[in-house]
Amino acid sequence: MFGDVAAVKNVSFTVNDGELMALLGPSGGGKTTVLRMIAGLEVPTSGDILIRGQRVNDLSVQKRNIGFVFQNYALFKNMTVFKNIAFGLKIKKWKKADIEARVFELLKLFGLDGLEKRYPHQLSGGQRQRVAIARALASKPSVLLLDEPFGAVDAKIRQELREWLVKLHHDLNVTTIFVTHDQEEALEVSNRIVIFSEGDLEQIGTPREVYEQPANEFVARFIGVMNVLDAEVQGGVARVNELQFPAHDVADGTKLRIGFRPYAVQISTDLSLYPYRATLRHTFFLGIMLRLEFELESGLILRSRMTKEEYAQLGLEEGREVSLQIRNYRVLAAETAALGPEKELSYQPPPTIGENI
Amino acid sequence: MAGYVSKNIRDATSKSQRGTEESPLVKWTLVALSGTFLAVFLLIPLANVFVQALEKGWDLYVSALKEPDTVSAIKLTVIVAAITVPLNTLFGVCAAWAVAKFEFRGKSLLITLIDLPFSVSPVVAGLIYVVMFGLQGYFGRWLDDHDIKIIFAVPGIVLATIFVTFPFVARELIPVMQATGREQEEAALTLGAGGLKTFWYVTLPSVKWGLLYGVILCNARAMGEFGAVSVVSGHIAGVTNTMPLHVEKLYNEYQGQAAFAVASLLALLALVTLGVKTLLEWKQSREFARAQQNVESMMNK
Amino acid sequence: MAAKRFNPLPGFNLTMGYTIFYLSVIVLIPIGGLFLRVFDMTWADFWRLATTERALAAYKLTFGASLIAALVNAVFGTVTAWVLVRYEFPGKRFFDAMVDFPFALPTAVAGLTLSNLFAQNGWLGKFLVPLGIQGAFTRLGVVLALTFIGLPFVVRTLQPVLENFEREVEEAAATLGAGRLRTFLSVVAPTLLPAIITGFALSFARAIGEYGSVIFIAGNKPYYSEIAPLLIVVRLEEYDYTGAMALAVVLLVFSFALLITINLLERWASHYEKK
Repeated sequence: MFGDVAAVKNVSFTVNDGELMALLGPSGGGKTTVLRMIAGLEVPTSGDILIRGQRVNDLSVQKRNIGFVFQNYALFKNMTVFKNIAFGLKIKKWKKADIEARVFELLKLFGLDGLEKRYPHQLSGGQRQRVAIARALASKPSVLLLDEPFGAVDAKIRQELREWLVKLHHDLNVTTIFVTHDQEEALEVSNRIVIFSEGDLEQIGTPREVYEQPANEFVARFIGVMNVLDAEVQGGVARVNELQFPAHDVADGTKLRIGFRPYAVQISTDLSLYPYRATLRHTFFLGIMLRLEFELESGLILRSRMTKEEYAQLGLEEGREVSLQIRNYRVLAAETAALGPEKELSYQPPPTIGENI
Repeated sequence: MAGYVSKNIRDATSKSQRGTEESPLVKWTLVALSGTFLAVFLLIPLANVFVQALEKGWDLYVSALKEPDTVSAIKLTVIVAAITVPLNTLFGVCAAWAVAKFEFRGKSLLITLIDLPFSVSPVVAGLIYVVMFGLQGYFGRWLDDHDIKIIFAVPGIVLATIFVTFPFVARELIPVMQATGREQEEAALTLGAGGLKTFWYVTLPSVKWGLLYGVILCNARAMGEFGAVSVVSGHIAGVTNTMPLHVEKLYNEYQGQAAFAVASLLALLALVTLGVKTLLEWKQSREFARAQQNVESMMNK
Repeated sequence: MAAKRFNPLPGFNLTMGYTIFYLSVIVLIPIGGLFLRVFDMTWADFWRLATTERALAAYKLTFGASLIAALVNAVFGTVTAWVLVRYEFPGKRFFDAMVDFPFALPTAVAGLTLSNLFAQNGWLGKFLVPLGIQGAFTRLGVVLALTFIGLPFVVRTLQPVLENFEREVEEAAATLGAGRLRTFLSVVAPTLLPAIITGFALSFARAIGEYGSVIFIAGNKPYYSEIAPLLIVVRLEEYDYTGAMALAVVLLVFSFALLITINLLERWASHYEKK
């Protein structure tokens, strides 16, 4: 649809040479717009885009030397695989022999040998995608841009394609930026992730960084499952029901939003080992991992996860009483108490729990 | 490691598609080219009809329309349309039901045959009925013996009109009926509805705009047909002249203003037809959008 | 397997029966009747009647003018479809609706107003006739009338194709370095071509049979501006039924050939789309 206006605000990031970077965010979060701006398919009203230190804002899409792979591939239906891949080379006036050599090199590299005379409608989904990537890479672009590269294939071959992309990137070492809404995909494939929401940049970091140290609640909730609780500081301790988190040097009455991953919840059947008592309410089987829901004595629900083996070792079952502790957590947001009269300490509204997105 | 690609964008609002859009010069040249073409072939001729019709004033315009021959031409045109349109509508509904809801061999041949009258010259359409029912024709002698007049009489005009407007309703209805599928009807049958009830309460409401569209197109062509009718009519003023034929007669008699007066009524009919068509398309697309919204909101739940 | 063939909906026999009956009575039997009468003639008679000098002149004019009109419509229809789908400009909706006007306007009215417009004292003739462009009562008039009646075909066949054309394909060409013209020629045009040709053929087919609009503007001089359908009418008025039928059969055979061509074209047009 044209005529749509996508707004992207305050986005600033740098992609390093040879990097495989993911732009991650919910649909409509502006990540595709950013990708299209890098390509020159859309024009920012303010701000700069630099490639190799050169400002390319005024460079037309034709001259940017980028390779772009569209979500639905956008292959030229009226051309064979060969002609699709050769298209950019012809425009750049390569010699006929060079074009042929390059195309066959790519066909071989991409496992498309023998398909050069086929038309796009005679290819499978995976083959079409590989042709699209080969076409984008043919004239050796300085950056490869992929818009939701795994969106249009079914779950079964998606895994294969991910591994293939990682290998391809490793082999060619071309700087690559891809857009995805799938956090698992971003974590698995990329070196670094840029997380967007509503046109805002939320965090940049390696998969490990954004997972273990989410910059804010949005990132925390978007990447993986997280327990998120609202706590209030009293005497250097942030409290949520019976849970206590050290908060030295934080003013009384400050409200904190605290988050921790399921694996940070440590469980023991020895009721005296850890400070809090809880009951196992539900067990969900997720393949080799299990997701567990514990109910604290105050009724607060926490999520944890462990492997089947750990579960068996502990001899857990639904209804079993355990003790637990929270190994590490992050403060996702802090809000100083209002200026008004000191409020009587009261119980918070029912605490919220991280939802899997 | 040097910054390779770096992006720094503030409040960027973007909608332009530089590099995939023509320059304004090219764009406006094309718009002007097409605008001129449409103006010369559509707007100016249309305006000309009304200006010429009213050139000598409203009174003359009205009196031209009150001529007894003109009045009888209008009457005949309405009668012909009133017979033709229901017959072709009935056929269109039957054909669409059979083609859209059932699978059978030779379906595409049947569709081609239904479309056939579109590719036959109107003059030939008239001629085939002359060959059938004219004095020299297959049934000419027999009809003459029994004193039945078809050619150079109203029945011939009706037959020729039916022929040229034959595909309109069927052609509009078949794709719409195919698109709605069979599930709704099958659901109605499982709920105990009979065939006619199912058609009336389930099929018809979902294809009503397509049907109406076909009917108004059929009507416009039925009232405006010239060539086929011209061959079978015999041009007897006041008896077998329809409005388009009457336009020709007045034109040949150098009664330009009167010819344009009658023509203006037909042009008005065309404008109303276009208006209704646009309205129907708008309604249809709105209903389609609403249906999509419903589906989307259901998926989001 | 048995369940697959079963269709619980009622009314097939009734509707199918009526469809075939009505189709036969109105279309098939009368057309068959014409052919039967022509088959009664000897081949030599038929050939003599169908290829008189006057008839040959009429075919030439009919086919030539139809071809020119269809070409004009192919060019301007493509531009118009492009403009209506791709650009925003004031009056766009109005123009879009007006494209169907030639379908809705009775041909007699079209002929009447066009002949008046291009006549010496008409709105357009006033400027054109002094330039030596005689629109009324000439062969040019035939082309003008046929252009009018064939105008919607190319626009309406091309519009949906253009609307469904993925913008990404053009963007892909741009990212590969292709300029606008190059993109249009090597990527867009080949995809549109089948639709343009189909529209052209439809417009051509319609023009071949057209009668009403042409006879008002052509002047109808034998050997000069007399179209083939008109010659059929002339023969009928001379009570030369066999002559009329021979000409009609020539036109019919040509129309059928075009119909088949158009069907093949439509199949060709969807050939890149199949999965």
